[in-house]
Amino acid sequence: MNEFTGKTLSWKLSGGIVEVELHYAPCNEIGIAMLDELELLVKALPQIESQASALILYSSRKEGFSAGGDLRELYRLSAATEGQARLDGMRAFIHRVHHVANTLDASPLTTIAAVHGICFGGGFELALTCDIIVADKMARFAFPELRLGIIPGFGGIPRLRRDVGNAVVRDLLFTGRSIGAAKAQAVGLVSQVAAEGESLRLARTTAAQVLKYDRHTSAVCKKFAKPIPLEDLRRETELFCDLFARPAVMEALRKFVDSTDAHPYLP
Amino acid sequence: MRTLDQTTSEILDLAAAHFKVPRAQLSPGDDFYRKLKIDSLQALELLTRLENHFGIELPDYEVQGVSDFRTLADRIQARL
Repeated sequence: MNEFTGKTLSWKLSGGIVEVELHYAPCNEIGIAMLDELELLVKALPQIESQASALILYSSRKEGFSAGGDLRELYRLSAATEGQARLDGMRAFIHRVHHVANTLDASPLTTIAAVHGICFGGGFELALTCDIIVADKMARFAFPELRLGIIPGFGGIPRLRRDVGNAVVRDLLFTGRSIGAAKAQAVGLVSQVAAEGESLRLARTTAAQVLKYDRHTSAVCKKFAKPIPLEDLRRETELFCDLFARPAVMEALRKFVDSTDAHPYLP
Repeated sequence: MRTLDQTTSEILDLAAAHFKVPRAQLSPGDDFYRKLKIDSLQALELLTRLENHFGIELPDYEVQGVSDFRTLADRIQARL
């Protein structure tokens, strides 16, 4: 399937580059709807990979790349179950997310995330599966999960630790603060900073450069340069589920859902 | 080195230009959420613009609870 238009995302393969557009209002929250279509994407990847060299992941939502996990949906679904059933539901969801993230991470395509606006939590984790992150100067990255009493659960800690120094990882996690594109570039997370609104254009010129090289060589290089931290990812899931089982997390989620702020994104 | 007044004035100029509010209507003691009619997402955008303009880092937690331009300028001034 070289072209797809869904409720949350679309993709189109053209000239050796597949562009994946996230377009789910308000800001590409990752819940069941988004996950269903991300699974369609990874299912289509083998066919796409035979015809492409690069993948660009971007958002057409004005607010940004992605606000992260759909906390309202998470609260609603979690509140409908209790105890072990709630935890089993969460674990199943996390496993599905990890399958998508690991497949994107391991794809032989050179993957480029074009980030603008907010790139928080699960959205940040999705960007971290990519080989290269380019960001416009208004982009902001954050892991605000600790305010809910949980840790990032979509593979964020092992992947961020793979890319930047551990001091930066701890700073982002323990303060929940967001960092701009300039700081993200300074710490090695972002490879290039674009002018406002130009991250996709920059990603396209980067992808055009990638296309000049032999696909097989790039894939071999990627496998060696970017190993997937599978053991840490498994450990993260266990820690996440242990923390998620605590009643304080449901209370924090309830507070978030009850917030009257239209955009309660500030950590 | 900018003075606090200069920093405040630059913030007001930037806020007026970006959020399309007449500059003459903005004063240092104003609540910028109300005066600019912005929500927390737009406040984050303002924070980013200020970081880019002044070439500083301004952690979100330093401006939590801050809603007036003068205090915002004071937090920025401490990082210039």
